[in-house]
Amino acid sequence: MRATSIIFKRELGAYLRSPIGWVVAAVLLLVDGILFQTQAMGDKHLSADVLRAFFIYSSVVVGIAAIALSIRLVAEERQTGSIVLLNTSPVRDVEVALGKFLAALAFLAIMIAMTFYMPLLIKINGKVSWAHVAVGYLGLILFGAASLSIGLFASALARHQLVAAVVGAALLASMGQLFPLADKLDAPLKGALGQLDVWWIHFQQGFASGIVNVKDIVYYLALTYFFMLLTVKTLEAKRWQ
Amino acid sequence: MIRVENLSKYYGGTRALGPVSFEIADGETVGFLGLNGAGKTTALRILACDLRPSAGSVSVDGIDAVASPHEVRKRIGFLPENPPVYADMTVRDYLRFAGSLRGMKRADLDKRMPEVLALTHLEDRQDHAITTLSHGFRQRVGVAQAIIHAPKLLILDEPTRGLDPVQIVEMRSLIRDLKQNHTVLISSHILPEISQTCDRLLVLGYGALIGSGTEAELSAAEAAAPRTEAEVAAEIRQIVVAIQPVTARAAVTAVLSKLDGVSAVAEPIEQAGALTFTLSCNRDIRAAVSRAIVNGGWDLVRLDYVHGELENTFIRLVSGGTDARN
Repeated sequence: MRATSIIFKRELGAYLRSPIGWVVAAVLLLVDGILFQTQAMGDKHLSADVLRAFFIYSSVVVGIAAIALSIRLVAEERQTGSIVLLNTSPVRDVEVALGKFLAALAFLAIMIAMTFYMPLLIKINGKVSWAHVAVGYLGLILFGAASLSIGLFASALARHQLVAAVVGAALLASMGQLFPLADKLDAPLKGALGQLDVWWIHFQQGFASGIVNVKDIVYYLALTYFFMLLTVKTLEAKRWQ
Repeated sequence: MIRVENLSKYYGGTRALGPVSFEIADGETVGFLGLNGAGKTTALRILACDLRPSAGSVSVDGIDAVASPHEVRKRIGFLPENPPVYADMTVRDYLRFAGSLRGMKRADLDKRMPEVLALTHLEDRQDHAITTLSHGFRQRVGVAQAIIHAPKLLILDEPTRGLDPVQIVEMRSLIRDLKQNHTVLISSHILPEISQTCDRLLVLGYGALIGSGTEAELSAAEAAAPRTEAEVAAEIRQIVVAIQPVTARAAVTAVLSKLDGVSAVAEPIEQAGALTFTLSCNRDIRAAVSRAIVNGGWDLVRLDYVHGELENTFIRLVSGGTDARN
């Protein structure tokens, strides 16, 4: 896994050196702050409700940021031709995928951490538990990781970043609409499809409300693993074409 | 060191390369010569383990490239047509990254870095972001990443592509320096580039290997089919054409065809204000040709005996090939 560490450092450095990282971070914090002010604190009276609304709005912004951060990871390398260096080096595709994913996750986690002043304001001026704050952030990280893996998979599929963005956003948005879609169906499909939803069941009804369910954690880890596996298999297939 | 047997590559139903077989010994500098689309890049990408062959085998130091690609990759440095650089990194950081990927330890990198920067003349640019470098310097960075881990085999795909004349001369000089420590494979469709830097040539045409050997060997092969080129002044041609345009051109051809030793006269080509006739012959008959032209009343402006020139060999080889890929 030495190569993973090398690639992790390069990719994290790339986010810090290039405008994309700073632009995404600035937009995330700006939009999150505006949503916090205008929506989360709108007509809510209970501070726990305000905190829950903050995590719900933040998760949407985190999902968009995750796609924006991940689409460049492989597609950009194909566009510029730098992927040849990785392809002709003695590194495994799983190391490449993991290094890139962890770098994007680290950067996303830093951005998420920078929103902490908002829950802190609620805590100071209201009555919420630290546990609720911690669970909400755990949910944001897990949801962000799953979204990143989807974006990374889209990036591995596409040659152009725009295509990767469209595919990644479409996948994430579709998976976030499985619960409303399942609601229109009959059992047993209703239950199964609903549980596959990436946001409503596992985040909105779980982490955002300060509730930790093992099944929610397992779901996000499994989803991330699944799309990482797809990414590795896609890289393997394209490397030796 | 490198053994290639019946190597082929298909893109869908289209054959891009092969089957080709050749061997390259340690320390050789071999040029892949061919027109655009001849299969040079495909061959080099397969040798660099960037592309999986459809059929056949490639082994480097006895290691099968398909079965153990990582082992082969450790032994290879590859510069593709476009240098695989990260524009946001500085030259030094990028080379450190490239070396680390190839398994180099920090101490080895610290030791190797000054050597590579000096060899590629990048000392003054080592702290510059690659995005600020010109195409020529980026190409040097591309070479530097290919040699940072001191590979035995260095593969350079069109290394002078897009460079200006001064940069081309500098790149040739760099390649000559690299020959001392590496087995080098270079591809190009520009003959002088190959002939000035390589010990041996592999000529590709339509995906097939249509010629192989040293420059002297290929030129010797050319000697088996010598030709005399005679150029007749355009002014005379124009006078003749004014009177009898068809028979004048035919008249010169007829006169040349009757000369002793001439086996064939190709269709004349109008070029640079003159008609060029190419005669196939088995010996130097320039004296007879000049007498025939002058006695015929035409002006002779050029007379060459073409014997063993590499460029003619290349043109003959590639124009003689047939596209059997489809």
